[in-house]
Amino acid sequence: MSAVLAVADHRRGELRDVSFELLTAGRELADDLDGELHVAVIGGDVESFADKLDRDGVDVVHTVDEGEEFNHDVYVQAVEALCGEIDATAILAPNSVNGLDYAPAVANGLSIPLVTDAVALEYEDGLEVTREMYGSKVETTVEVDADRFFVTIRSGEWPATEDRGDASLEPFEFDLDESAVGSRVTGFEEVGEGDVDISDADVLVSIGRGIEEEENLEIVEALADALDATLAASRPVVDNGWLPKNRQVGQSGKVVTPEVYIAVGISGAVQHVAGMKGAKTIVAINTDPNAPIFDIADYGIVDDLFEVVPELTEQFS
Amino acid sequence: MKVLVTVKEVAEAADDFEISGTEIEEGYLEYDLNEWDDYAIEEAVQLSEERDDVETVGVTIGPERSEETIRMALAKGLDRAVRVWDDAIARQDLLDVDAKARLLEAIVEQEEPDLILSGVQANDDSFGATGVALARQLGVQWAAVVNRMELTEDDTVANVRRELEGGVEELTEVDMPAVLTIQTGINEPRYASLRGIRQAQSKEIDVQGLEDLELGEDAVEGALDLTRMYEPVSESDAEIFEGDPGETAGELAEVLQEKGVGAQ
Repeated sequence: MSAVLAVADHRRGELRDVSFELLTAGRELADDLDGELHVAVIGGDVESFADKLDRDGVDVVHTVDEGEEFNHDVYVQAVEALCGEIDATAILAPNSVNGLDYAPAVANGLSIPLVTDAVALEYEDGLEVTREMYGSKVETTVEVDADRFFVTIRSGEWPATEDRGDASLEPFEFDLDESAVGSRVTGFEEVGEGDVDISDADVLVSIGRGIEEEENLEIVEALADALDATLAASRPVVDNGWLPKNRQVGQSGKVVTPEVYIAVGISGAVQHVAGMKGAKTIVAINTDPNAPIFDIADYGIVDDLFEVVPELTEQFS
Repeated sequence: MKVLVTVKEVAEAADDFEISGTEIEEGYLEYDLNEWDDYAIEEAVQLSEERDDVETVGVTIGPERSEETIRMALAKGLDRAVRVWDDAIARQDLLDVDAKARLLEAIVEQEEPDLILSGVQANDDSFGATGVALARQLGVQWAAVVNRMELTEDDTVANVRRELEGGVEELTEVDMPAVLTIQTGINEPRYASLRGIRQAQSKEIDVQGLEDLELGEDAVEGALDLTRMYEPVSESDAEIFEGDPGETAGELAEVLQEKGVGAQ
């Protein structure tokens, strides 16, 4: 019988939400393959994680009691050993920072193809993966011509599996080759603490790459002042050092849920959207009518921000 | 020490474009240096400026057109460049992660670098996997999504920060030699100077095909086929205000005021 092996993500004692989305994707693929869904949780409090991962559709949860936190060498060895043990047809993992830190190594080591950042999966005679290219401007389907494969899935694309299950819980032991562990996590740091907490704001004016130059920030600052709003930004603005990290909204920044989010010159890359899609009302101002930000916006203006923003500021002054 | 930087020329699609088969039509594409690789180049160049003994080499897999991009990397300060390409590689419509890793492995065997820097991902295909796959192929260490790196004095360990989700950074020690995939924001990439651009024009780019790398055509045959490309169906139900900026801003202001924005 075919087996799908889904590898959960956790950090600092918490399973990450995408792990429960992974269960849904894994169950669907296992159904297509007429097979079982096996889930692996590696490191940390594996007993408690396994209990939480015992959800509807999961056949077996394998606990690998090795270390407290993610270490890619341990993950690589554990996943490869477990994959051999259960003869997995498919390995699934989140397309997270840690997922991308071991999935390519496992796929390379097992000589199986890897497809990253999947937004949909279908298996009939073979695997077909839907993914985006060119900064989300196009979707593509990729056919995988192989009997076994590794796929990483994008968070937010599958619903989380919530209902309890009746999986068997099985500790998995393997001989860790300590000499092959060549990296050591020495700590974690929270970044972006500062005077302003954008996750507390009711109204955010957020600025993106469209602002072009640091000097141009003034016009957005003026709008934020006029609206009594807090200024936030997408990644490129922070990368350029124009605003501090504590203003960054997105996957690697803060998750915000304001009443009103005004996205100015932000295209709406998936990493940004992950941080702000929970806003109650989303307004987008962008010159590109096809920018993905308009897919989630409630109100939009397709025009040059340098024309629109001063006019809008004027309305509130 | 020697630092190898993987450099990719990426295609960017215009705001409006047309798709033909599984490709965006050429007229709608513009080519540029991959953003993440720009930061990797800067990190290598800064290292060579800090020390006397650092040689930096750029490697790209790409057609003749991509010489413009690798020359940009030279203009920014890399010492030498290698370009990998031939007809057999050109025949692949999607070079998969393993194929890239095998090609780059062959270059690494020639160059024997102490450190390999690669962008986290390429903005066109967004696989985000080449650097880590290459490390495994080489049997060396790696770290993905690095936003700070410092090498120990004896160059045996790289102390890196990995940028995790949600504003958390992981501090990790990585044994060298290693492949580090570089995240944007780690530094401020420089613009190429006119002098740098002039000098780069006259530098020779070492072009190597599969035969030069002692690889067969099967080295680039992958298991992935791109079968469809299409514009995603917009799920937008946004109310779009029409008119000149004064009108659209006025309508938006009304909506915002109704929601109590700027009421104080």
